[in-house]
Amino acid sequence: MDLLHIKRVYKSYANHHALHNISLHIKKQSIFGLLGPNGAGKTTLIRIINQITGPDKGEIFFENEKLSQKHIAQIGYLPEERGLYKKMKVGEQALYLAQLKGMDKGEAKYKLKQWFQKFEIDEWWDKKIEELSKGMAQKIQFIITVLHEPKLLILDEPFSGFDPINTNLIKREILELRDRGSTIIFSTHNMESVEEICDDIALINKSKKILEGKVSEIKEAYKSNVFEIIFTGNMIAFSTALWTGFEILESKEDNGRMKVTIKSAKPSDVNELIKTIVNDVQILSVNEITPSMNDIFIQKVQEVMPESIEEEEKEGALDE
Amino acid sequence: MNKIILIIKREYLTRVKKTSFIVMTLIGPLLMAGLMLVPIWLATKDIDIQRIEVIDETGYFINQFENSSELQFRHEFVSIDVAKARLYDDVYTSILHIKDVKNNPEVKLYYKKQPGFATLIKIERTIEKVIRNTEIQHKFNITKEQLAEIQPSIKVKPISIDIEGEEESKNVAVSSAIGYAGAIVIYFFIFMYGVQIMRGVIEEKTSRIVEIIISSVKPFQLMMGKIIGIALVGLTQFLLWGILTWVISAILMSIFSPDALSSMSQTQDVMKEANLSELGEHPFQLVIDSLKTIPVFQILISFIFYFLGGYLLYGALLAAVGSAVDSEADTQQFMLPITMPLIFGIVVASTVVQDPDGALAFWLSIIPFTSPIIMMIRIPFGGVETWELLLSMGLLIFGFLGTTWVAAKIYRTGILMYGKKVTYKELAKWLFYKG
Repeated sequence: MDLLHIKRVYKSYANHHALHNISLHIKKQSIFGLLGPNGAGKTTLIRIINQITGPDKGEIFFENEKLSQKHIAQIGYLPEERGLYKKMKVGEQALYLAQLKGMDKGEAKYKLKQWFQKFEIDEWWDKKIEELSKGMAQKIQFIITVLHEPKLLILDEPFSGFDPINTNLIKREILELRDRGSTIIFSTHNMESVEEICDDIALINKSKKILEGKVSEIKEAYKSNVFEIIFTGNMIAFSTALWTGFEILESKEDNGRMKVTIKSAKPSDVNELIKTIVNDVQILSVNEITPSMNDIFIQKVQEVMPESIEEEEKEGALDE
Repeated sequence: MNKIILIIKREYLTRVKKTSFIVMTLIGPLLMAGLMLVPIWLATKDIDIQRIEVIDETGYFINQFENSSELQFRHEFVSIDVAKARLYDDVYTSILHIKDVKNNPEVKLYYKKQPGFATLIKIERTIEKVIRNTEIQHKFNITKEQLAEIQPSIKVKPISIDIEGEEESKNVAVSSAIGYAGAIVIYFFIFMYGVQIMRGVIEEKTSRIVEIIISSVKPFQLMMGKIIGIALVGLTQFLLWGILTWVISAILMSIFSPDALSSMSQTQDVMKEANLSELGEHPFQLVIDSLKTIPVFQILISFIFYFLGGYLLYGALLAAVGSAVDSEADTQQFMLPITMPLIFGIVVASTVVQDPDGALAFWLSIIPFTSPIIMMIRIPFGGVETWELLLSMGLLIFGFLGTTWVAAKIYRTGILMYGKKVTYKELAKWLFYKG
């Protein structure tokens, strides 16, 4: 079942389109990666979901109901560019922001204390934000975002500003929140973390959705039949065996071991490859090279580049 | 609604708890009490008796100077050089040297203790009067008594008659003072607290907390919460200032009085005799009398109305300015045109006092951008018609609803706009963006 259904949303500003016919289904209790280069329209979409701004056209449904003010308490939002009142005490402003989300003061205080204990930051309660480091402040912001146990969490670059230890801590928390029933929209440029935690993704570029689906399926669809083989034996025998249907991309010799990257002209699997060469060389390992999300991202975004550059020039002319 | 109260509460409490607020609240009344008491203290200081030795080479002025409690004249028949030489061994505080005044209208006063302005005026007036009287006596050959009979002393008492034929005597000086005071307080309130709104908006924008907040509340709620919260801070400060000033003055008065008070009225006696005072015979009585004739209740109600109305009108605009810029340094270009009418109001205040029911005063007290200041000046004079007041108040309400509408539009776009040099053209576009 969809927690959030975005239906043909359009949004444009004075002289450019921020979102053009965007439709998304975000499944309940999943982590949804919202990807795209800078200026693609992600932040605009996130602001529309948060009802900070409204779409020009299109509709959004939250649990099959039209998105409205009453859903604000069900959404937690961690913006990319984020900050807190510098002169206000940590506990005080966490309580204030929780109450703005509609929480009762006593309840908010109780839950805040729990989170502070969990993150072992009890002693920060009476400190001012300006006395904390950036990473510390980010932790507080994360707590504030999830405190009211929203059904939908929108995290825009949640790991920025964190060291690896704290990144892992937050990652664990995100997965735990999903397992306890939250749905998470996760916007980032960090493709490694997308592979690690996202169930589904959508790629937006130049206000249009250009890719969408399960992470595993996308990777499957984008695999390019490239294999890496390590063997000992005769390189000539090896290439003769592969004579038809394969292309050698790269080969390296290291201490008598050959490391060769090959590309199959037609879809094939590891078994088939092994059968072809097993009689000629001593195989040490065979790996299918699947494209990383990073590669897919770059490939997809660059595919649409030439056209979009023209568009940008036109817009630039309009600006004058 | 509940959320806007939360915002008001935060805006109010964080400001009221600041050390700077507490310090200002405590120092303000001390300054005010000081402003009230320093003249009294100075007056007390100035009433040391001046003993003036009169060296009159013309002979016209013998027994012409009247002694008063603080001014004593004594004729000595010595040469000026002798008098000067012994000044520091003598009881006199200064030497008045009169010599051939008919041809050379300059009289010298040598002193070891500087005489006050009032003293100088009194001496000048006396000498002028003596010369005039002597001339008259000589020309028409009349006695001193006959002359005294034809010395009239006239005071003009302005009395207004209203439409029902009710007569009221008014005091222009008191009305002006009240009008000015009210207008200046409103002016400062709008400036001080309007700028606080602007700073608050900039703070939220630059610290980037604003996006978190407006994912919970509407930008309009945040803006209004801030404006109302800061208005309450201002009202609290003025209330505390009022109470503290009253308490401190009461305490200081009880220390200084009754001497201080009597000495103050003495100074005024001097001023009156010297024709410096407009207030007439019994200054205090007159002030109290004219307070009765001034529409105090009307002044209080309209003060509170124009105080808040003006603040809301300008506060909304300043909130919009804060939202449109990235730092306080960028506010200059927008601040000036917004504050122009306000400054203009204070600048023309003196003209309005001269002619409180004139065309300039009328129009400026109707236009919402200047009415909080100019209407406050006009009201104490009592010439404002009810319809004028209602029109002015109505327009002020429309005015701040209008500026709030404009501000809300600019604000909601501006707070999410970073790193862009905003122009007026850009601002105009924001007004027509859809939510």
